[in-house]
Amino acid sequence: MTEQVLLSEPTAASQQGLRSVVDDWAQDKQAFAVPWGKAMMWIFLLSDTFVFTCFLTSYMNVRISTTETWPNASEVFALTVAGAHIPLLLIAIMTMILITSSGTMAMAVNFGYRKDRKRTAALMFATAALGLSFVGMQAFEWTKLIVEEGVRPWGNPMGAAQFGSSFFMITGFHGLHVSAGVIYLTVVAMRVLRGFYDRKGTYETVEIAGLYWHFVDLVWVFIFAFFYLW
Amino acid sequence: MDDAVHTRHEAAHAEGQQQHPIRIYLYIWALLFVFSAFSYMVDYFQLQGALRWTLIIIFMLLKASFIVAIFMHVAWERMALKLAILTPPLTLLVLIALMAIEGDYTFLTRLAAFVK
Repeated sequence: MTEQVLLSEPTAASQQGLRSVVDDWAQDKQAFAVPWGKAMMWIFLLSDTFVFTCFLTSYMNVRISTTETWPNASEVFALTVAGAHIPLLLIAIMTMILITSSGTMAMAVNFGYRKDRKRTAALMFATAALGLSFVGMQAFEWTKLIVEEGVRPWGNPMGAAQFGSSFFMITGFHGLHVSAGVIYLTVVAMRVLRGFYDRKGTYETVEIAGLYWHFVDLVWVFIFAFFYLW
Repeated sequence: MDDAVHTRHEAAHAEGQQQHPIRIYLYIWALLFVFSAFSYMVDYFQLQGALRWTLIIIFMLLKASFIVAIFMHVAWERMALKLAILTPPLTLLVLIALMAIEGDYTFLTRLAAFVK
């Protein structure tokens, strides 16, 4: 009896390490002990990892191969606030906002598993609102770069022409992900609020939405490091 | 009391659930802020050269690992899933290495052929 239970549902304690991998794959059953939606989200995020890495790698390639100077991101993205010239200010604020939203999302997932309907929904709405403000700042940044600095995908006054195409491609695709995430989170949060997941009996959808949102934050960590700071 | 918490923890995992003390999230959250502030400081104080790149990479990897391990719960997943998630991106290192070499080659070719 105990053995049967073990075979059908291996617990965290039953096996550890590589042995557990062999067990999970060799038992003629579902290999990953997670809800299917979560496994599928991971597959999607994995494919997205490849997409973003292709963008960042092509950016690396054009930046290495150009013979012109690369525009100094620290200067390009500087803001003048109350007469003080602060480098990279907007980007720093955007980074902090995204991290804050990742924190509220992690808390939402946590409250979701406690089946705390109201707090989960509130935290998810907060996450979506922070995401929206991020997109708003990005729109401001793009406008400033296009209208004031004259950056175009085919050239810019500051240096290497590839700066514009890399910038619009990478931050544009990331911004698209944030925008999609805001819609996704809002939809799930509305369902949470209406008690959909209480009736379903599980809040795993909240965790799956959380995976997506944390991934968007994760991608920004790399963009921040390689595009803005490098 | 601590034992009871631990047992509940284990039970939650057996059901494939992720329930952890809120304290862990708040702690990681704070750490992410600190690391972000540090990486911003790298630019603010205009550190240059190898020191700049090393610090950027360190803070980036620290942030990324904490997000993946704690916020995305990978630290608590079974190893089969961990391997499925973490090993495929390693192939990207090959792409990055190849493109770095290629970029270098293009740069040298341009220097030799186009730059007077």
